[in-house]
Formats: sequence, structure tokens, C-alpha cells
Amino acid sequence: MKRMVFLAPLALFVVLGIYFAVGLTRDPSYMPSALIDQPLPVFDLAAIEGEERGFATSDLDGEVALINFFGSWCISCIVEHPVLMDIAAREEVIIAGIDWKDKPGAGARWLEQRGNPYDFIGDDPTGRTAIDFGITGAPETFIIDRKGRIRYRFAGPITPLIWKRDLKPLVEQLRQEGDDGP
Amino acid sequence: MAAEIGQVALILAFLTALFQGAAPLVGGAPLQASTRIAALVQGGLILIAFLSLTYVHAVSDFSVVNVVENSHSAKPFVYKLSGVWGNHEGSMLLWALILALYGAALAIPGQFSTLKAMTLSVQGMIAAAFIAFILFTSNPFARVFPAPADGMDLNPLLQDPGLAIHPPFLYLGYVGFSLTFAYAVAGLITGKVDAAWARAVRPWALAAWVFLTIGIALGSWWAYYELGWGGFWAWDPVENASFMPWLAGTALIHSIRVVEKREALKVWTVLLAIMAFSLSLVGTFLVRSGVLTSVHAFAVDPTRGVFILAILAAVTGGSLALFALRAPLLQSRAGFQPVSREGAILLNNVFLVTACATVFIGTFYPLFIDVLTGTRISVGAPYFNASFLPFMALMLVFLAPGAALAWKKGRLKPAIERLWPALAAAGAIGVIAAWLSWPGPVIAALGAGLAIWAGGGAILDLLIRIKAFSSPLGAAFGRIATLPRAYLGMTIAHIGLAVVIIGIIGAGAWRTEVVRFMEEGDVISVGGFDARLERVVEAAGPNYTAERAVFSIERGGAILRDLTTERRFYPVRAMQTTEAGIWTMARGDLYLTLGEKSETAGWAVRAFFNPFAVWMWIGAGLMALGGGVAAVNAPRRLSRRTQTISANAAAVPAASQGATP
Repeated sequence: MKRMVFLAPLALFVVLGIYFAVGLTRDPSYMPSALIDQPLPVFDLAAIEGEERGFATSDLDGEVALINFFGSWCISCIVEHPVLMDIAAREEVIIAGIDWKDKPGAGARWLEQRGNPYDFIGDDPTGRTAIDFGITGAPETFIIDRKGRIRYRFAGPITPLIWKRDLKPLVEQLRQEGDDGP
Repeated sequence: MAAEIGQVALILAFLTALFQGAAPLVGGAPLQASTRIAALVQGGLILIAFLSLTYVHAVSDFSVVNVVENSHSAKPFVYKLSGVWGNHEGSMLLWALILALYGAALAIPGQFSTLKAMTLSVQGMIAAAFIAFILFTSNPFARVFPAPADGMDLNPLLQDPGLAIHPPFLYLGYVGFSLTFAYAVAGLITGKVDAAWARAVRPWALAAWVFLTIGIALGSWWAYYELGWGGFWAWDPVENASFMPWLAGTALIHSIRVVEKREALKVWTVLLAIMAFSLSLVGTFLVRSGVLTSVHAFAVDPTRGVFILAILAAVTGGSLALFALRAPLLQSRAGFQPVSREGAILLNNVFLVTACATVFIGTFYPLFIDVLTGTRISVGAPYFNASFLPFMALMLVFLAPGAALAWKKGRLKPAIERLWPALAAAGAIGVIAAWLSWPGPVIAALGAGLAIWAGGGAILDLLIRIKAFSSPLGAAFGRIATLPRAYLGMTIAHIGLAVVIIGIIGAGAWRTEVVRFMEEGDVISVGGFDARLERVVEAAGPNYTAERAVFSIERGGAILRDLTTERRFYPVRAMQTTEAGIWTMARGDLYLTLGEKSETAGWAVRAFFNPFAVWMWIGAGLMALGGGVAAVNAPRRLSRRTQTISANAAAVPAASQGATP
């Protein structure tokens, strides 16, 4: 019996170690979304100040696209921004932005200062569309296939590694899917 | 060239560490003695490697990947140096350096014993594991060809004096517990955990605890003035990662005193030493593996997580297996009554370890749930406050009377009777605080009362011991020098704890916050002060541009001073940072930050008044000072000290016994 007491710390640690090991295989930024494989929510967002065009569900017709939620108030978006600029410059994928809960003009100034990676930008000052997407914070990015279904959700700033390892292969695969054409 | 020198030195250090780890286990006396040389050589080699990395950062050698990724030619020179450990690879090298320096510091002085050889052996094994980790997963010396023209700059949040010195102190703490751990393992192997063992370990445990205290305080201070949200502690996983070893270490520095004085609580003390270092490793695992999301997890890599987990499994798993085998042989020499200093320390340990467990569960609960069910949850400050704070409150209730109890067999009633003025003061201040802070939380006022009880009790006990109430003032204060260092250090640290708690309650529970849009000339009022926005100007630093707002602070119409706050933009990283404008006063901090400008309404300004905020840092300083005073109980002067103690005890029997028969 006394022996067991001295073994207890080791036993406890072994259990913890198993949790740590399994935990390592999980990606902490992965957030399951109920919207995967569901059609895109229907929205028709106004343009942000200083832009002519808004962003509506119908704009993406038949194209593979990234929809990126951002805001001028969001620090991680500043971190992510150069990566999006790089993707916009190099890759053939539509990037749409939804300016989430921003003050009038703040999003436009933010993009003016840093450059605009977006093909479409919609203004979501109340956060209504964000609720339809079920987003938890900014930045958050969705990948949409040619049929207008949400195929992937990524919460947090996209880094070059995440783009190269996770997002880019999926985007390319989705483009293929479309080309083979069901 | 410097990078290659560093690389070679690191490889040689790895081989030396392997030898240092193996020699005392396989060989006799000569091999044992060579451990000492190996520890010194390994320290020298790691130092060369570290200086090489410092050199390539100092001269901005952009052919080294580490410099490219974390430096920029326009970065201020001080941050080129602190940038050495402002990234994963360099910070792991700093880890190894501190480990090696502790090893060398242990190897140099005093007599060489089997215990010391074994301790250095364990240190060598840990060093070998960590150097291998650096060499195989995190090489800071890798080159890039062709070399880019300039670097990507250091994360601007890290370009700050507070954060420049925060990691070294934190690591001095974390890694310092490697020595107490090594001593514990050596004690298990040799089967000798006695007063001599405790005397050897105690200064190292205290040193590690002092550094960790300073490191945590610096980190909290940095978060307070740099992140611009007015808070100082967020129960973030990485904050918890540094706090858990601190809690275990705090328990350790108390229980080790019982081993030294009474040769009791041996098994428990050994387990605490294993726990303190294991929790340090868990902290490293947390930060470096990205297993939990955290504001601190800037860059993560699962292979590093696997490696550190393997180290953790070997170190903690191995030592706990040894513990299961050998700890039953450690017999406590003396029993003690529940009401005694030992009993009080055991109670303190129970509170600290339980509090540590609540933090551990809260930190890892999201991981456990994810592994079991795949659901994502997060545990926030309300859980931690609700589960952690009650144990701290209980600890404060018993702190003053517990510290005043005699060893072996004490008496509670006289101890409390002796401290009644502190109890009265605590009650009075609790009531006054509740009244002044109304409708603030009453529980905060209760906490303030407890802090006064603990701190006031410590001061009162000190005053009684030096006979401040019955002899001339000069003579009484002269007696402070004759007090045992351990007692003096304990008293200073306990007063420091009380001061910290008042700061936490003030800045945490009693703070007021106002947010509004301001044009130049507008006034924002908080904490009885009026801050008038005088002007907002553009400013430029070496590697950033900034918007600088100048406020004039007024009270009742009289202008007191100017206060400046900045919002900086670092173009290379495209990041913004906040430099809060803080006016520190004893009764609280006036804290201003500048936000975005709105086209129509002006600048968004947040103003806080954080009562007693500075007490947190002063109190943490006192705690560290107390730990330092207690640590310099040099073993060589022990016999003389024992005489002093007994002479002192004879002079004031009533005081030191806590009772008048």
C-alpha cells in the first residue's frame, strides 16, 4: 500500500504525458466549423468608404476564393496583411475581404496605408454577416469552391507556412475539381 | 566565421555534457573528480557559442538566418543584443548557457563530494539533452546564401527594455530549479537527504526562486505598460507556465527549511524539487510546442514539441520512477506536533500546491477536453480567480501566526494574542477599504484586510523580537543585525507579499477606466485627475514612426505635469505598438493610451486609474530581496551562526517561543 503512494506521482505523470503527446498532434488554431461543405451564406454588403463596389454572394460565381474577415482595429490582421498582399500578387485566387465592425472610413484608410490585396471588399459594420459565418475573431479566412460551398475555415493570421502547407494545396485542388468539371 | 566557431563550440559542449553526465555513474573517484572539470569546460564552450551568436547579431551578419529573421540594420544596438534571445533558437541557447553557468558555479567552490559529483552528472545529462535539442531542431548558426540585404526586424513588442531583461531572469529561475532537481535526484541515488543536503540545496533553491520572482514581475510589468490594456496579468497559458514553477518553488523553499532544521518532510521536499523543475520544463514545452494557443506562441513547430516532450518524459518520468523506488528509504528523523512551525509550513505547502494544481488544471483543461472530445474550449480569468484566490486567502489567514510559531511544538493562542494589534489593524483597514471602495467588491476589501494581517503580523513579530517596544530605538534596530538571516529574509519576503497583494487588489479590483473620443483641447477625467489633450504630433524613431499625444494633467484647475503616450508603427514588420503614458504615484497610476483617430470625433483615448499599481513591483522587489537575504546563509559560518541564534534565543525566550508561560 505504501509503495502505491510513492508510485502515484509517476502514474499521474504518465497520464499527463499521454495527453501532451496526443495534444501535440492537434493544431490549436484549427476550429471545426459547422459550415464546412455548406453553401455560402447569402449576403449583399455595401462598399466601404472610398470604394465603388461592395461584395455579394453572387460575385464569386464559379470561382475559387478566399473570404477574409479583417478590421482596422485588429492587431493580428496587421501581421497577416503582408501575407495576403503576397498571395494577391503571386497567386491566381480571388481574395475577398469583409471589413468587420469597423468605423466608417477606418477600413479604407487602413488599406490605403498598407495596400489593398482584395478583389472585392464588403462592409459589415454591424457584424451581421460575420454571425452568419459564425466567426470567432479576426482575422478569419474561409475557402470557397467553385460551387460556392465553404470548404475550409482558418482562424487566426495566415502565415507564409500555413499558406504553403495547408491553404495553397487546397486552393489548387479546388481549381482542379472545377476544371475537370462535374 | 563567428557562426562556425559557435557551431563547433556547441558540438564540443554536447560531447562534454555527455561525458559529464556519464562519468560519475561509471567510474570511481578520479572520474568523479573529472566531472568538475567537465562542468567548467562545458560552461566555457557554451559561453563561446553564445558570444559567437551575440557577435553575429551585434554586427548584423545577414548571412546567418537567425539574424535575418530577427534583426534589422536600423534596429537600436541594445535590441540587437537582446535580439539574441528574442527568438526561439537564441533563447534556447540562453537556456543552455544558464544551465551551464549554474553547473560551473556549483563545480567551482568548496569541497568535492559524491553528492556534488552526482548532482553535476544529472546537470550534465539535462545539458546534453538541451544542446541536442538546439543542434537538431533549432540551430541558431544556420547560414543563408545568398545573404539578403537586410533583415526582417525583431518583433517590435520585444523591442523594449523590460522585455530585453525579462527572459534572462525568467531562465535564471527556471533553470535554477534544475540544480535543486539534480540535488534531489542525487539525494535519491545516494539515499542521503539530511540537514547537510538541505544546507547545500537551500541557497540554490532560493536563488532560483528570487530570479523567477524578478522574471515574472518584469514580464507582468512589461505587459502592463507595453500592451496598453491597463492590466498586468491575464492567466494566459504562458504566464501560467512561469507561475506554476514559482508556486512549487515557493513551497520548496519553505519545506526545505524543515529538512534543514528538523530532518522531516524529506520525501515531500524531494518531490517538490522534482515538481518545480518539471513544471519549468512543462512551461518550456508549452511555449515552444504551440500545444496551446497563447499570445506568446509567436512561432511554433511540432517537431520541437516532440523533442521537448521526450526530454520531459526522460527527466520527469525518470526521476519519478527513481522516486517510486528510492523515496520509501528516506526516513524522517523527527516527528512534530501539528501546531508547530513545521506544521504551519506543511499547511502552507498544501495551500501552494493545491493552488498550483488549480492553475495547472485550468491551463491544460482545454487540451484535455480537445484530446477527449475534439471540442475547443477556453478557460478564462473567472475560473482562475474563483479557484486560485481562495487558497491564497486561506494562506494569508495562517501566514502571520504560522511564521510566529516555534519549531517542533508551538502554541497557537499565545502567537495570535501576541499579534492582536496586527489583527485589529487588518480589521480596521478592511472596513475602511470596503467603505471607500463602495460599491466595489467587498471581497477585495477583505483581501486588503488579509494582506494587512499578514504583512502587519510579520512587521509586529520583527518589532517584538528586536524589543522595539521595551528598549531604546537605536539599540532595538541594532538588534536587526543579530537576527538569523533566514528569519530576516522570511520577514522581508512576507511583507513584500502583503505589499504585492495590495497592489493586485488595487490595480485589479479598484481600477477605474474611461474611454472617449477626444479632439485637441478636450479633457478626460479619471481618478480625480483631468487630462487635457494638448496636441498630437508625428514623431520618428530609428525603426518606427509614431503618433505622440501630449496631455497636461490637472487637478482642481492646477496644472501638475505633462504626460506623453505614443502609438508606434514599425514598417518592416507592419506592426503597431502602444507606449502607454503612465504617471506613477504611491496611491496609484494614472495611465493613458492613444487609439485610432476617427474622422469625425477625434482620437480614441483610454484612461485608467490603477490604485496602488506600483506596490506590485515594489512588493515583488521586497520578496526577491527577502529571498536573497535568506540565501546568503553561508554554510561555512554555520557554527558561529548557530551560536548567535542560541544566544539570541536565550536573550528573548518569550519572543522566540511565542509564549509567556
